[in-house]
Amino acid sequence: MISANLSAIFYLVSGILFILALRGLSSPDTSRKGNYFGIVGMIIAIIVTFLSIGNFSTSIIYVIMFLVIGGAIGALIAFKIPMTAMPELVAGFHSLVGLAAVFVAIAAFLNPEAFNLGNAGAIKLASLIEMSIGAAIGAITFSGSIIAFLKLRGIMSGSPITFSGQHFLNLTLGIGIFVLIFYLCKTQSANIFWTVVIISFLVGVLLIIPIGGADMPVVISMLNSYSGWAAAGIGFTLENTALIITGALVGSSGAILSYIMCKAMNRSFFSVILGGFGADNSTDDKKEKKDQKPVKSGNAEDAAFLMKNASSVIIVPGYGMAVAQAQHALREMVDKLKKNDIKVTYAIHPVAGRMPGHMNVLLAEANVPYDEVFELEDINNDFANSDVAFVIGANDVTNPVAKTDPKSPIFGMPVLDVEKCKSVLFVKRSLSPGYAGIDNELFYRDNTLMLFADAKKMTEDIVKNLD
Amino acid sequence: MEIDPFIFRLSIFILSIFIGYYVVWSVTPSLHTPLMSVTNAISSVIIVGAIIAALAGSSESVFDISNIFGFAAIVLAAINIFGGFLVTQRMLQMYKKKKNKKK
Repeated sequence: MISANLSAIFYLVSGILFILALRGLSSPDTSRKGNYFGIVGMIIAIIVTFLSIGNFSTSIIYVIMFLVIGGAIGALIAFKIPMTAMPELVAGFHSLVGLAAVFVAIAAFLNPEAFNLGNAGAIKLASLIEMSIGAAIGAITFSGSIIAFLKLRGIMSGSPITFSGQHFLNLTLGIGIFVLIFYLCKTQSANIFWTVVIISFLVGVLLIIPIGGADMPVVISMLNSYSGWAAAGIGFTLENTALIITGALVGSSGAILSYIMCKAMNRSFFSVILGGFGADNSTDDKKEKKDQKPVKSGNAEDAAFLMKNASSVIIVPGYGMAVAQAQHALREMVDKLKKNDIKVTYAIHPVAGRMPGHMNVLLAEANVPYDEVFELEDINNDFANSDVAFVIGANDVTNPVAKTDPKSPIFGMPVLDVEKCKSVLFVKRSLSPGYAGIDNELFYRDNTLMLFADAKKMTEDIVKNLD
Repeated sequence: MEIDPFIFRLSIFILSIFIGYYVVWSVTPSLHTPLMSVTNAISSVIIVGAIIAALAGSSESVFDISNIFGFAAIVLAAINIFGGFLVTQRMLQMYKKKKNKKK
């Protein structure tokens, strides 16, 4: 058994190692080392916890057993999961953190002696507040992440679910939680504690169902943030520095990512939360489409010809590319182009995937070197000096309307200046609008050649024609 | 007058938010997905609380109700720790630099 002071120092060390883990992510070179720091930090925290309890009764066997079971499941998932499914995986993991926080809070409420929080029925006031806040945020994280998971997985429709009085209901429940916590502190009643947990589960569901598929990158980041605050809440209850530091890190990390995502879509955080974006107004669209504007369409041969005669090509990938699993074919195409001394780069919009940085991972998986991949602000000026832009699976993020039409729902959103290229190749199945439900003006430009096909098939055909 | 230990923890918390703010802004956007998976893994340090809850009590009562919640939380957090770190590792292995330009 080690003293409380010594274990506090060790928890501080593991907190610092977690900071270094995040710090490592500032560049791919240092990132792997960063991940090891994180692992070491976790091992230290777990060992110190065992040592500080020191009471090795039979239950320790069960603890280790459950640790191994969970670890095995986690490892299996980590190795099996395809990179395209990363958003669901992260949402799923968030839900586990949330639920674990709820369970720890419940355990602390039922057996406060074990945590030095006083006696059952007479828990210290501060601890009671901390644990009920931790439990509430944890429960919201859990059920919200489950809904996000179901939506991303496609088990639940991505379209927003709204009903009248929704916001009023959420507000009432939110205030209700605080009122109940107040009474919990007065009465120490277990029933009130359970009610807080149950209402929080409900709030999590209600909070996420009105948010549409297009806003999923924000939702995932937001839930990431919540899981951090939940951990911090529990950290205060347990008086554990490692948990407090980590919770604060994760909470602010998720908040920053949400901010970046909102900015990339030019949406205020508040309007994302209120939801309803991406609701189907496609009925109007279909009527409009009757007066078809002229579109130039081509085939793989035309595309191959255009690119072969270019000196620089910028690839603009979007989520559609990942859905079609076209990234490997794309990489093959780029290899061929590079052999012909054509300069090829990739341009990535912050919301190109379903979660922050998703597209970068998918390209990395297809062996695209990360120094050929550029973020929007770094590459946007290059479009004007490039010959061909190859848009594959992206749509709204290239729509020039965002710059020109103040009435458009995406007006003000930063977009890739694809139209400034000499010619634009646009791989798409049809002229259907993207997530935002609006027509892309780019389809009808003179310098745009539409390639109507499945992204993977079209890319493979282009590869053949490049020989 | 003595300062409540809560104030110290609050100070750590608030300073950590600031550290998090500056550290996360310096994360390159291309690593935002690994950032999320690794934050997932580290926030599972909540397993510390789960272990305390699971080991509480005497050896006759290994499966008290509060112990059971502790055990369940251990499984959940362990899934996250192993899954989170390993999937992050898997992603980071894929990030490669350009090979020597041309032969």
